[in-house]
Amino acid sequence: MSSDTVVLRGRKVVGGCTEGEALVTHQTISGWGGVDPMTGTVVETRHELRGVSFKDKVLVFPGAKGSSGWSAVFHFARLAGAAPKAMLFNEMTTKVALGAVVMRVPSVTDFDRDPLTVIETGDWVKVDADKGVVEVRKAAARKDS
Amino acid sequence: MKLTDSEQAMLDGRQGKARQKAMELLVRYGEALGAERFVDTDNVAGVPGSSTPYLENYYQDAGARYDVIFSRFDLDSDEVVEVPRAVVHTCHLQGGVDPDNWQVLGAKPEAARVSRESEVAAAAHDVRILKTCTPYLAGNVPAFGEHCAWMESSAVVYCNSVLGARTNTEGRESTSAAMLTGKIPDFGLHRDESRLGTHRIDVEIEVESIMDWGMLGYFVGEVVGERIPVLTGRLSVPEIVRYKHFGAAAASSGGVEMYHLVGVTPEASTLAQAFGPKHPLETLRYGKAEQRRTYETLNLNGRDTDVDYVMLGCPHAALEQLREVCTLLEGKRISSKANLWIFTSRAVKQVADRDGLTKVIRDAGGVLLTDTCSAIGQALPPGTKVAALDSAKQVHYLPAMMGIQAWFGTTRDCIKAALTGRWEGEAP
Repeated sequence: MSSDTVVLRGRKVVGGCTEGEALVTHQTISGWGGVDPMTGTVVETRHELRGVSFKDKVLVFPGAKGSSGWSAVFHFARLAGAAPKAMLFNEMTTKVALGAVVMRVPSVTDFDRDPLTVIETGDWVKVDADKGVVEVRKAAARKDS
Repeated sequence: MKLTDSEQAMLDGRQGKARQKAMELLVRYGEALGAERFVDTDNVAGVPGSSTPYLENYYQDAGARYDVIFSRFDLDSDEVVEVPRAVVHTCHLQGGVDPDNWQVLGAKPEAARVSRESEVAAAAHDVRILKTCTPYLAGNVPAFGEHCAWMESSAVVYCNSVLGARTNTEGRESTSAAMLTGKIPDFGLHRDESRLGTHRIDVEIEVESIMDWGMLGYFVGEVVGERIPVLTGRLSVPEIVRYKHFGAAAASSGGVEMYHLVGVTPEASTLAQAFGPKHPLETLRYGKAEQRRTYETLNLNGRDTDVDYVMLGCPHAALEQLREVCTLLEGKRISSKANLWIFTSRAVKQVADRDGLTKVIRDAGGVLLTDTCSAIGQALPPGTKVAALDSAKQVHYLPAMMGIQAWFGTTRDCIKAALTGRWEGEAP
């Protein structure tokens, strides 16, 4: 492991292993009415990710907000092939827990360090949700190598 | 998760395959939450087995259609199981189509048929078809302290805060699993310590109209997120409609599932009771400047003052609101350039029909619709460009979902816009 790699440890929400490019937002995400499940695109007015899709990304975000349709919208995103590869978040709620379960993607929370201060959009992230271990390779370091 | 013997029996399949699948889902969900046990519930509000043409087409499995959708989507099962009747009191929240007016909504015949068929099947499984986001205005009013498993964020916040019953914001899959098991994870708002306030909001201005309460709710949701605000200061005692608009707004701009109004709501006789042993994480004020800023935020999507659509009834209109609208409309006609759609529950519409309110709305050129709303049904009058709305929640969602402009104001502002085709609302 190179010095450009940062390791975070947290708690498994949904098990599994994957890796991919990070998409990071410091704003909570609405499911129903905030996301187009067919493309995985954030549509909420004034959201910093508006127009951006989380499809096949490792989504790093504070947590869920808004409608109780959160799980169903992310469930639809899975059916449409537009789900993120993994989810890393801080604030545990029933919305995000149920959404992660029915999306069936590796998900981790309760980190030893805030992932929002460590991970930036474009970083390469390896997630071992069963062990609760997340390895972050900074995008800046990837460009240098 | 620590399971009781009867819960373990369900998980082992000793009470049938469907209950096994439901319990498997609830255990996955409980473990994801970090919960340790379940609570019993006898009051479930969800959308069990509700189908759409997309789902019908997606799941091609053999079997009764209700079983297929319920198994594969609601229970997230890879296998289709035969779904038994609900074992606890269960009601159906809002849907996507008004069965009597689907053509007005521009729904396709296929969507109306699928909706009707899944409703008939749900009723046959002992689900009460209330078809509203306001079950508490349509006969489902939980008792103080009752453990519930409810969807619909605006109903959840009402259930916890106004009634003192206990529910988290559940989702479609968890409520459908609860319908077959009578179980929901013991997490969050089911527990005493999680119901205490976290933020103090000092309200320094009069909060009077429905619009005022909507703006206050929208402000509070933005500042507290998913936490529990305790409001104190110059508060009059709201009635049902103001509670409804306040909570719906707070649950949309943030994720508020519970709030306390000191001296008013049932778990906050005093400031001390609202916070318990905790200290507020933050104390915020809501004065003229905050109200003004909230009004401007809610009107960010309004530019053209020519209004072609007025939508009321988010959350579904109470009878008192329909009466107010009829007072404003009586003997008048709405502009030929505008449409007026008002959404309510089937229960309220029954009364409105007999009281003559539906006729007043119709004679003025408007329509009283049930089951859905423009956001849930993704339905607008053809060619809609600029809407006028009296709900902060609907303003939050509709422009983003449908790509239209929207103005936010009082019910009176909205009816005036329907009559003239122009927006003349002003900041408070």
